[in-house]
Parts: sequence; C-alpha cells; structure tokens
Amino acid sequence: MKWTDVDPDRVGLRVERLGIRRDARPILSDVSLTVRAGELLALVGPNGAGKSTLLAAICGDLAPAAGTIEFAGRPLTRWAPVELARLRAMLPQRATMSFPFTVAEVVAMGRAPWAGTRLAAEDDDAVAEALRLTGMQTFAGRVFSALSGGEQARVALARVLAQRTPMLLLDEPTAALDLHHQELVLRLARDRAQQGGSVVIVLHDLGLAAAYADRIALLAGGRLVADGPPDAVLTADRLSEVYQHEVEVLPHPHTGVPLVLPVRP
Amino acid sequence: MRVRRAALVAGLAVTLLLLCLVAAGTGQVRVPPAEVLGSILHRIGLDIGPTPSVTHGESALWVVRFPRVVLAVIVGAALGCAGALMQGVFGNPLAEPGVIGVSSGAAVGAATVIVTGAATFGGWTVAAGAFLGGLAATGLVYSMSRVGGRTEVVTLVLTGIAVNAVAGALIGLLMFFGDADAVRAIAFWQLGSLAQANWAAVAVTAPCAAVGIAIAVAAARRLDLLALGDRSARHLGVHVERLRLGMVAVTALLGAAAVAFTGVISFVGLVVPHLVRMVAGPGHRLLLPASALGGAIVVVAGDLAARTLVDYQELPLGVLTAVVGGPCFFWLLRRTRARAGGWG
Repeated sequence: MKWTDVDPDRVGLRVERLGIRRDARPILSDVSLTVRAGELLALVGPNGAGKSTLLAAICGDLAPAAGTIEFAGRPLTRWAPVELARLRAMLPQRATMSFPFTVAEVVAMGRAPWAGTRLAAEDDDAVAEALRLTGMQTFAGRVFSALSGGEQARVALARVLAQRTPMLLLDEPTAALDLHHQELVLRLARDRAQQGGSVVIVLHDLGLAAAYADRIALLAGGRLVADGPPDAVLTADRLSEVYQHEVEVLPHPHTGVPLVLPVRP
Repeated sequence: MRVRRAALVAGLAVTLLLLCLVAAGTGQVRVPPAEVLGSILHRIGLDIGPTPSVTHGESALWVVRFPRVVLAVIVGAALGCAGALMQGVFGNPLAEPGVIGVSSGAAVGAATVIVTGAATFGGWTVAAGAFLGGLAATGLVYSMSRVGGRTEVVTLVLTGIAVNAVAGALIGLLMFFGDADAVRAIAFWQLGSLAQANWAAVAVTAPCAAVGIAIAVAAARRLDLLALGDRSARHLGVHVERLRLGMVAVTALLGAAAVAFTGVISFVGLVVPHLVRMVAGPGHRLLLPASALGGAIVVVAGDLAARTLVDYQELPLGVLTAVVGGPCFFWLLRRTRARAGGWG
C-alpha cells in the first residue's frame, strides 16, 4: 500500500490490547486506544508510566509482545518505512545531530521522504513555512549544534512540520521551551488537528494538556488508567492516586478549563 | 548553493589535473608539464602541443609515471571517499575505514601471503591476499556486532577495536615465524608505497573505486539523515540497517582496493573529509565527491614528495601521510570543536 492510496483525512490509528516487554519485564500491558483524524490526543502520566514507550510502539520503533497496532487501516508492520514517513512524522524527546548541519539543512531533512514524488516540488515552500511557524526564519543559516536547547527543540519541530504528514507524533515537545513557546507549539498542534490531521503528544504539564487536547489518555504503571475528554479524565481523586501526590483541580474562572494544582503545604 | 557546489568540485578537479601533470613530469627524467600534456594528447590522436624532448621521456611517462600517478589518484579517491562514508555511516567524525578492520585485515592477508610464499595468483598474490583479508575482517566485524538483527554503532566500533587488536597480534606472529626477508616485506607493506604501480594494478582497482564511489554518492541524501540518529532516520523512511550494511560493504570494497597494491596509507581517510567539511559543510552530496578528489590530491602530492624529497631514495608514503596527517588532524579537531560548539 502506498501513501497515495490513503485518504489524508482518515489517517488514524488503532491500538488493540498492546503489550510491550523489555528484557521480559512488561513496560506496557493491555493498552487499547484509538486516534482519529482531526483529533489532538495527549498522553500524560507520571515518570515511567510508559508514555514514550507507547509513542515508540505507535511509530514502529518497538515490536509489540502482544496485541496489534493498525495504522491507516492496515497493520503497522506491513508498512514500508518510506510510505510510513509520508503519512506520519515523529519528534523524538531529544534532538541530536552528529555533524554541523545548518538549521535550514536540518529542516530540509524532513522533506527526504518526498524525494522523487510530485510533492518534492513543495520542498522549499514547506521548509520556509515550517521555519516561519516555529519562529526560526532568522536562524536558517546558523549551525544546529551551536544553538541553545530550546532553539534546537524548535528546529526539530520545524523539521517534523516540514514533513507535511497527516499524523504527528510528538514526544515531550515542550520540555525545553519557555512559556511563550510552549503555548506556540500546542497551538500549532491544535491547528494541525483542526485542519484534519491527527496529533499524539506526550506532555508532562497537565494544564497544557487540559487546555489544548481534545482527549487525554492517562497512563500509570504501563496501563491505561483513563481515556476521555480533559474534564472527565483530570479529576482530583484520580490524579492524586496516580501521581502519589495530593492534587486539586479547579475550573478556570473565565474559560472553565480544568486547572491542575499540586497541593503545597 | 548549487553554484558553490559545482565551483568547489571543479576547483578540486582542476587542481588534481594540474598536480598530476606536474607529478608525472617530475623525477630523474624531467618532463615539463606542457610536454606531459602534449604526450597524452598525441596518444589520444590530437596532434596538439609539444612531445617529450628528453631521451626516454615518452617511455618514462607511459611505463613508469602515468600508472603510478593514476594509481595514486584511484587510491586517494577511494580512501577519501571511504573515510567520509564511514564518518557518515557511524555519525561519528572520528571514524575511518580502519575502524571496521579493513586495513588490519588487509595487512594480515598480505602478511600471510608473504610468509607462506603462496603464489596462487602469481605476482598478484599479495594484492589478492590483502583484498580478501580486508573484506573478511570487515565481514567478521559486522557479523559479530549484530545483536537481534540490528547493529549498534558503539558495538560495531568496539568490535572493530577487538578485531584490529587480534589482527595486530596475527601480524606479529607472522613476522615471528617469517624469515628476515618476509619481516622486511611485511614492515614495508604496512608503511605503504606506490612503487609497485603498473597498468594492471590500475585496471584492477579502477573499477572497484568507480563502483564504490558511485554507490556512495547515490546514497548521499540518506547518509545525511543518519546524522539525526538511527531512530529519526528510520522515521524519515530510511531502511537504516540495510543502508548501513550496504555502505560498510562499499567501504570494505574501497578500502581493500586502495590498500591491495600499495599497503596501508594512513590518515588520508580521516583527515581529508574533515578538511572538506570545513569548506563544503557536512552534506554528503558534496562531501563524498569532494573528499574523493581531495584524497586523490593528497595521495598524488604525498607520493610526489615521497619519491623526490630524498635523492635516489624513496620514503614510505604511509609514513609521510601520518607525519603530516597526525598534527594536521589535531589542529582540525581543535578548530572544528571550537566552531561547532562541541561534537554533540
């Protein structure tokens, strides 16, 4: 199957009773989840809950020990890497670069899957747009490895946006960013979803997840604890238990969006 | 960008060509560059320019100098390209063909032939032994470093170190069992020299180098993506394992072809890609061809120096490249590090 056989508005994902093991130790067990086109799904949970592992399984890095993953209506393992790369883009937790490539060159790497297709004509346009969206135009000629952590993170995001895929998988895209750029990244993700794309994003900040996600999947100890709209998932009792820390959830006085606050003595 | 790329490649090519004309005319029988060019043009049927005026000039060029210069070009291009390729495949600027055992394997192969006196392939047996030894060592390193169908870069490099150490011991053992002539031959083989060059050696190495460089250049864009790390490269559609296996094989071919007739010529594969990267940037579409040309320039110039620095004596080329290459590499390391903000 090729990317052209897939309706870009229907690139979704179905995870069925997924189990992942590392050295016989279960990391994820019995996780079932769907991601639909037009939806922003946030994966949240404490450290070691299995969020990044789930994302790695979804993008095909880890082979399931149990269960199935179906991508765009077809088992994930039956997709050729390059076809997959034309339908989903993945932002890793840490951006690394072993040679002094410039920012523009790094972002242009996101266009690699399109080489030899008719969409290769969009290369320059896609790179320019991605640099503009992430506010990195003025950095185009700078060497990637000489940038600050936050700037590198934005370049890595620009590379993923330049790939122009219907699905985006983002592993903690906000970790290195200041408040302004965190909001910017989440707004970009939400725009993608509203234009019909699907976005899966691992987040630590529950406030960000509540404000931007259409749905939140809460993981703990390798299991899916809850899955639904933010106000249904983020309840004080559930979060207090999952995070092993007393948590308060208050509605925002103007918008009603849940605000999650750890109780501080 | 495209203009700069063409300009750099053209500049290197012209430099190489001029250097070759000078190198071919220099030696005990001196032929001016114009006459060297004239001799070539007359040979291909164009009656332009002067022909060599000194006695035996024509035969000195076509029997001794040209095969030597052409072999230097081939060996240098293969080493330069293989070095750039290894650094790209491992995403590590310290890699060179030696890392995966090509050179030491070839040395073991050559030493075995020298000590046993085998002559299966006549006068070519040492070259054949070196070539097979290089390929075998690389195959060994690669297959031993695979874990669960994948090759981790660090495992590969460490396995290479282990295999290189064993190869070093084997060479020592072969020298221990060999007679004085064999010891001398092995020692000289490891120092590298183009003194054995002839048209037959050119005919064997040229296709290997041409095929290897062509395959490498065709994979240039995918090699760029490896700089993002294996996972991200895979997310961008690169079949990382297949690419790495293919490129290791190409490096083995280039490395084995380069050392088979000349012995080990060190530092070319390590230093040249670094120099090129400083001017051309790290993109492989330019880096690979430019490193091939740069490697050719270094080896032709090195060989010219090796046979002319001391009258009636020939310095070992490998020694010369290492003496110049070592300090040069150190300077490059410091400079690149300061510029790029570390190796990341």
